[in-house]
Amino acid sequence: MATTKAAQAAYTQEQARKFYETMSTIRHFEESIKHDSLAGEIPGFVHLYIGEEAIATGVCAALRQDDMIESTHRGHGHCIAKGADVNRMMAEIFGKKTGMCQGRGGSMHIADFSIGMLGANGVVGGGYNLATGAALANMKVLKNDKVSVVFFGDGASNRGTFHEAMNVASAWHLPVIFVNEMNCWASTTPYRTTCNTENISDRAVGYHVPGMIVDGQDVFAVYDAAVEAVARARKGEGPTFIEAKTYRIEGHYVGDPEFYRQKEETQKIFHDTDPLKMFRLKAAKLKLMTAKDCDAIDEACVEKIKAAKKFAMESEYPDSSEYLKYVYVD
Amino acid sequence: MRKLTFSQATCEAMAETMAKDDSIFVMGEDLARQGGIFGQFKGLPEQFPGRILDTPISETFIIGGGVGAALAGARPVVDMHFADFIGVPMDEIFNQMAKARYMFGGQAKVPLVLRAPDGMTFQGAAQHSQCVEAWFPHIPGIKVVAPSNPYDAKMVLIAAIESDDPVLYFENKILYKEKGELPEIADQVPYTLGKARVEREGSDVTIVSYSIGMKNARGAADLLAKDGIKAEVIDLITLSPWDKETVLNSVKKTHRLCIVHEAVKQSGFGAEIAATVAEEAMEYMDAPILRYGAPFCPIPFAPTLEKMVRVYPEDLYKGIKGMF
Repeated sequence: MATTKAAQAAYTQEQARKFYETMSTIRHFEESIKHDSLAGEIPGFVHLYIGEEAIATGVCAALRQDDMIESTHRGHGHCIAKGADVNRMMAEIFGKKTGMCQGRGGSMHIADFSIGMLGANGVVGGGYNLATGAALANMKVLKNDKVSVVFFGDGASNRGTFHEAMNVASAWHLPVIFVNEMNCWASTTPYRTTCNTENISDRAVGYHVPGMIVDGQDVFAVYDAAVEAVARARKGEGPTFIEAKTYRIEGHYVGDPEFYRQKEETQKIFHDTDPLKMFRLKAAKLKLMTAKDCDAIDEACVEKIKAAKKFAMESEYPDSSEYLKYVYVD
Repeated sequence: MRKLTFSQATCEAMAETMAKDDSIFVMGEDLARQGGIFGQFKGLPEQFPGRILDTPISETFIIGGGVGAALAGARPVVDMHFADFIGVPMDEIFNQMAKARYMFGGQAKVPLVLRAPDGMTFQGAAQHSQCVEAWFPHIPGIKVVAPSNPYDAKMVLIAAIESDDPVLYFENKILYKEKGELPEIADQVPYTLGKARVEREGSDVTIVSYSIGMKNARGAADLLAKDGIKAEVIDLITLSPWDKETVLNSVKKTHRLCIVHEAVKQSGFGAEIAATVAEEAMEYMDAPILRYGAPFCPIPFAPTLEKMVRVYPEDLYKGIKGMF
């Protein structure tokens, strides 16, 4: 199993800008959600992707729009990185009818099928079989070259569904990429107390699936790994397991009192490994973007998210009389 | 008219639909090489090479992968092998399959059929003999069917496959070998999901059932007829959504209702029918509603015990006689 470093390949300025713009959008979106959730304005549970932006960004940058992703309860980042409209995302999280799920899903079931985002899943480990089944359909039934990605955390890798999906994906050489966001926390439980392997990707060996460990805070490294995995999948050579090492900076959900860890520790990790900060350093080193370029993007993102919030606030809730709509197609 | 077994009729349904639509495929255990453990996929792997897949013993993948395939645009038919194993992919059924259309606000559809052979054979014992259909009409977003004869077996399966909603298709193991009449293909009448059939008209009591329970319903009706009691026999065919109107119209005429199913009586689907009739037609009833189902007991192995968990037409006959 290879450890992939970011190749000093030629990234264009366009690519770099896109990386940073996506990550900054996610960051500002999540900060806004955090603020509004703590203020009691957002109903239900929200789970933030702060500190993990590079993974969704790097992976989705390697995908086509018609490739498919399966997300998690922590899905805002995946949704943005796949290309969703932040106005409609914000509206969905506030339960408005202009949301992409018409207010019927909320944060944990956010989805945009028009761009291959097959949904955040409120069931931990619910996405593996969906992504693998989609890969099966695309390859063997619909006979196209679309690729599927399933994002999942370390905790989710202990579910039986992980093992069933990995096994069949390997046995049938399906075009599905398993992207493990190794953020070290399964809600309140640290990874090593429930798992006897040093890395989740150690398990990939058992399924004869090529695996890689990447620095999940380095969007360039994630992107390179994803490009390799996508190429393998599209050629019909089967699945890849990418373990992206990261850290869950926020609590499991907004409002989590986090009795199970020290705030100083998480803040230090964030300070040292913030993916947006890491990007700035690398982009400067590779002479792709300056600090000013990044600042300008951040400012634009602030406005973009403000506009999204305004859109959500000005949108209406779905009509109560329509509660039965979409139970069935027929 | 042609004579086919229930099993052959399902094969015809598969062949007709798969010939017309390349996006239909089948996956499950022991289908491609064996033609299904009950022969219910016989001939199809040869007729449609590469479209009938033998999976690992991975029920969460068989069903969950089917849901994913449907979300990607295919039309899967996934096989449960024995309905008793349906506990394994329950999350895939009630949290994924049933909810995708609704919680994603209409963006998705899951045009999937889940085929599940159910019911007692002889000494199949506790984990290979169950009827579990009652669990599923409780779940909004899926449909549930349970045909009782070869013609319905075919037309209901076609309707299920052609529906854009997920459908659970319970097919009784004993019924597979039973022969029944089917019209020529050109004359076959499509089935509309949600519609029951009045199989036999009567004026004195309504007997409602589905799947193999219909044998008890018909048997009881025959016994009652000898005593001059004319039973109206209704085959529900679809359990969710079920045809309330047909049942209510019937009891308003007969004033007596008896429901029978092979599944356990307690919290069986008969309870839903009984409660609905009590709610909406109480004033028409001349006798308490009767339900017949298996006693509250896992299915035993020894024949002297197993016979105690079966329902017999004589049981219904005795009970219905007491209504008069």
